[in-house]
Amino acid sequence: MTALSALVRRDVRIALRVGGGALIGVLFFLTVVVLMPFAVGPDLALLSRLGPAILWLGALLASLLTLDRLFMADHEDGSLDLITMSRTPLELACAAKALAHWLAAGLPLIVATPVLGLLLNLDMVATGAVALTLLAGTPALTFTGMIGAALAVTLHRGGLLMAVLVLPLSIPVLIFGVAASQAAIIGPMSFGAPFSILCALSLVSLVIGPFAAAASLRHGLD
Amino acid sequence: MQLSGSGIKCVRGGREVFAGLDFAAASGEALAVVGRNGSGKTSLLRLIAGLLVPAGGTIALSGGDAELSLAEQCHYLGHRDALKPALSVAENLAFWADFLGGERFDGAKSLATVGLDHAAHLPAAFLSAGQRRRLSLARLLTIRRPVWLLDEPTTALDAAGLDMFCGLMREHLGRGGMIIAATHIPLGIESRELRIGGAV
Amino acid sequence: MTLIDLANPSRFLALTARVLPWLAGATVILLAIGLYQSAFAPDDYQQGATVKIMFIHVPNAWLSMFVWGVMSVASLGTLVWRHPLADVAAKAAAPIGAAFTFLALLTGSLWGRPMWGTYWEWDARLTSVLILFLMYLGLMALWRAVEDPSRAARAAAVLTLVGAINLPIIKFSVDWWNTLHQPASVMRMGGSTLDKSFLIPLLVMAIAFTLLFVTLHLAAMRNEILRRRVRSLQMMQASRIAFSSEMGAGSREENASKEAGAA
Repeated sequence: MTALSALVRRDVRIALRVGGGALIGVLFFLTVVVLMPFAVGPDLALLSRLGPAILWLGALLASLLTLDRLFMADHEDGSLDLITMSRTPLELACAAKALAHWLAAGLPLIVATPVLGLLLNLDMVATGAVALTLLAGTPALTFTGMIGAALAVTLHRGGLLMAVLVLPLSIPVLIFGVAASQAAIIGPMSFGAPFSILCALSLVSLVIGPFAAAASLRHGLD
Repeated sequence: MQLSGSGIKCVRGGREVFAGLDFAAASGEALAVVGRNGSGKTSLLRLIAGLLVPAGGTIALSGGDAELSLAEQCHYLGHRDALKPALSVAENLAFWADFLGGERFDGAKSLATVGLDHAAHLPAAFLSAGQRRRLSLARLLTIRRPVWLLDEPTTALDAAGLDMFCGLMREHLGRGGMIIAATHIPLGIESRELRIGGAV
Repeated sequence: MTLIDLANPSRFLALTARVLPWLAGATVILLAIGLYQSAFAPDDYQQGATVKIMFIHVPNAWLSMFVWGVMSVASLGTLVWRHPLADVAAKAAAPIGAAFTFLALLTGSLWGRPMWGTYWEWDARLTSVLILFLMYLGLMALWRAVEDPSRAARAAAVLTLVGAINLPIIKFSVDWWNTLHQPASVMRMGGSTLDKSFLIPLLVMAIAFTLLFVTLHLAAMRNEILRRRVRSLQMMQASRIAFSSEMGAGSREENASKEAGAA
């Protein structure tokens, strides 16, 4: 337990210090959302209809792009070797790293959602619904994205390849995330059903992600 | 305690690096792995550390802690220092001490031993290559492991650093530890030579 | 950092230490006068009391652009004249500029609330300010991303100058984009027919806010210079190796480092 909490604390600390990428993710989220109206036009009615989808797409891209370096940095400075050798199972270490990433890069996105909701003319209920679905859904994005980050280390390729690998995996999260927010805003579906599925997706990825990432790291070592 | 390997075969990227390698090291013994560049010195250390999977043969540690795997009883000091420039010297050391676990000694004292106590609160980014190496050595002192796997441990160390390092290695051997070091210059302590990949 | 490099910043520190209290005093007095006049300015016949937001909003909007101008000059100083204080000035200005821009956005959206019925409208003027805000944040992220300030300085200088050239283009395209979608802006701010009873407090406020910026900027530059000195002291300290045989000197060094950290 000490080992895992030490890993989480270290990663969060690095992300928040000079040179860390935690807040750049929020800035990217903000920029993507601000760009949308220039493409679809400043019609507030239209924007509020598209709002949940725009916010979800922005959060998806922001959390994926910051995931790129999740294992790469540790691989480059040799930390990953020591983590692999340690008495802590690699699966748990992977989960701790993903948790740290979510705390440093995922949570700020959710905190920023109300401000962006204002820009997209979403009312209180709609903003709350989107923030809630993001809270339930972003762990799934981080924990499935982690698999791509581990593969990126194995293949010595980052960036776009990782996005191409992981984006298809995040489609279900996107579907149910947007569906749940839309259901809360306009109906007629109930909010509960898609939201429960979203939570289930997060829980499943919480289990699958660390195992797949650890397996890919183990096989990719050299 | 006895670390032994028999008939080890190492294949990397489809190329056979070495095959049929046997070695043995006992408590209190240092093994200097020598050989020309590309002969597989680093690969051998990584095989022992469990970071590579051997294509054949076995490596086993007898007489160690039965509940732990070989890798879990090793310290690995690679080319890269496993340090985070954004964290302070003390934070870097404390993290590895917390994460590696096991019997733990005073981190501040280890830093003093390697001559970095004056820099404990400074970011690791300010350290020179030699100082980074010293900080890695402090990790070996703070958490105790019976087997030290050292890959070119003397690079970047100055004369005073070498003296200090030799003292640390002797102390470790005196406690019944063992050292496997890949090196192309003399290690500076009494050691047995393991030559791989033929003559230089 | 050599002593010659420090000479100029040292003079700067000594000079600003004398000037800053006067500047701060003048800022407070002018702000008090401006706020008093704004509070007692007559209500607008159309907008009522909400027009008073203008006295805060307009100076902030003016400064949001002015600060980028200051940074552009400083960036030229970094790239062309290589003045040792130029990148300090550029770095210190960015967060202050971002804060003024944020206040302009905030007051703009509060002002817009009774006019538009929503806090945000993709009005051409506000949208341009929002993009300016994003560029400030990007610049600050750039400064933060690189640990060594002298290396970050050149990259930030290039970005600032590119921004200075691009900002009018962005402004123009946003105006074009906006008129394409909605025929007329919902609200017209003041216009040229501003009554004297509005104009004087507005001018006083504009001067007061400019002084506020100068004060904050000089103070931030002092902080940045001191921060860099702490950094170079730390690097000097790190390069000394104290061995166990020199333990006596160790405690003294530790005290010195604590003082440097406190500064």
